[in-house]
Amino acid sequence: MEKDAVDDFKVVVIGGSAGSLEVILNIIHELPVDTGAVFIIVVHRRNDKDSILEHLFSVKTRLTVNEVEDKQPITLNTIFIAPPDYHLLVENEAGFSLDSSERVNYSRPSIDVTFQSVAEVFGKRAVGVLLSGANADGAEGIESIRNAGGYTIVQNPATAEVSFMPLQAINLGGIDAILDAEHIAGHIRERCAQRPN
Amino acid sequence: MLKEEELDLLISELSDQYGYDFTNYARASLKRRVNRLLLIDRFPSFAELIYRVKTDPAYLTHVVQELTVNVTEMFRDPALWKMIREQVLPVLATHPFIRVWHAGCSTGEEVYSMAILLEEANLLHKSLLYATDLNPSVIENIKKGIFPISQMKEYSENYIASGGKKDFSQYYMAKYEWAKFDERLKSKMIVATHNLVSDRSFNEFQLIFCRNVLIYFDKTLQDNVLNLFDDSLEKLGYLVLGAKENIRFSPIAKKYLQLQNREKIWRKMQ
Repeated sequence: MEKDAVDDFKVVVIGGSAGSLEVILNIIHELPVDTGAVFIIVVHRRNDKDSILEHLFSVKTRLTVNEVEDKQPITLNTIFIAPPDYHLLVENEAGFSLDSSERVNYSRPSIDVTFQSVAEVFGKRAVGVLLSGANADGAEGIESIRNAGGYTIVQNPATAEVSFMPLQAINLGGIDAILDAEHIAGHIRERCAQRPN
Repeated sequence: MLKEEELDLLISELSDQYGYDFTNYARASLKRRVNRLLLIDRFPSFAELIYRVKTDPAYLTHVVQELTVNVTEMFRDPALWKMIREQVLPVLATHPFIRVWHAGCSTGEEVYSMAILLEEANLLHKSLLYATDLNPSVIENIKKGIFPISQMKEYSENYIASGGKKDFSQYYMAKYEWAKFDERLKSKMIVATHNLVSDRSFNEFQLIFCRNVLIYFDKTLQDNVLNLFDDSLEKLGYLVLGAKENIRFSPIAKKYLQLQNREKIWRKMQ
């Protein structure tokens, strides 16, 4: 991060599994280019080596989209995607690191791993968003974000394509906003406009 | 959650007492490893772990093995292996003698993958594969050549995707839960411990593999290790890294040219 950059930027980390892709595409489509935030997306997928998501996302948003490479610097107004077959960690405020260790919740990348890492480094500047999915991954992660003082959003299980993942998160309690898919982007925009208190 | 100063304490203990230097490992990942160790060995607190490390030298091997990541597979990223088959092996074939170094090779799945490739190109007889890792326990597995049978379906698919034409199962004997690989594959392997942090170059190679090892190092250590590889690579030799690793921002970058189509293979041009 540049030295003179504002140090209160938000870090929005979005996790999803089955049924989340469409929601993510709609969210990033509605994001303005100048939120001043960092966006990190972790999606479960098969071990496709092609950067399919990077292409899919790029055509939907005017933000820069990057599938993360090891030690890549963190830049504002950018969407970073966890690469297939690696856990994505935040090394410090300046950059990412990758980890190809054991699967967590049968997943690599694991949403919990990235959420916990974002919570640890960015604390109350973190905004966690957990979407549709058939796996419990992400529930503990979003709890870490809340415990670190960050803000938490979960897709409304009633309208999610697969309700299991958001339900797991809600069962752990303390979620700030439970929203239908079409309201998530607007809510993220509002959070990014607010300074931490 | 582990505190920064606790991690520092463990790092200095491992370094001072045992000579394993984790100082320049990437912190985020190392922290996860220590937390995992606390969990799997059921330490009630960090203090118990540090006490065990201080007082029980026999426990060290286990600590080092758990702090480092030993996840690997055969023909991981098949497109990369296809490229080695099609573009690298024909060049290596022109050498009278082929030396390959698998640095940080863990349990050796990639060393066996390479041996199979060399065998199929009829080059194994004039090759030597140096397999090194800092963990004494994991490299024992390379000598045995025994891997879980449960992985063979996936490895077989990887093998075929990498351009393999044979029946993958001809390379091993299945016995209960295990697959024991053909003796002739390991006949050309030299297995030794080598720590990329503290040990030096020990030979010159035409091909060096170091996949998903540099991700656990910070930038400083990455640059040191890349220099070590540069010192160990012949001119026009090849360096192969993990799918998301890059030499782009390292001092050796200007001497190397990446092969086309995005695979992480670089050739030393000067």
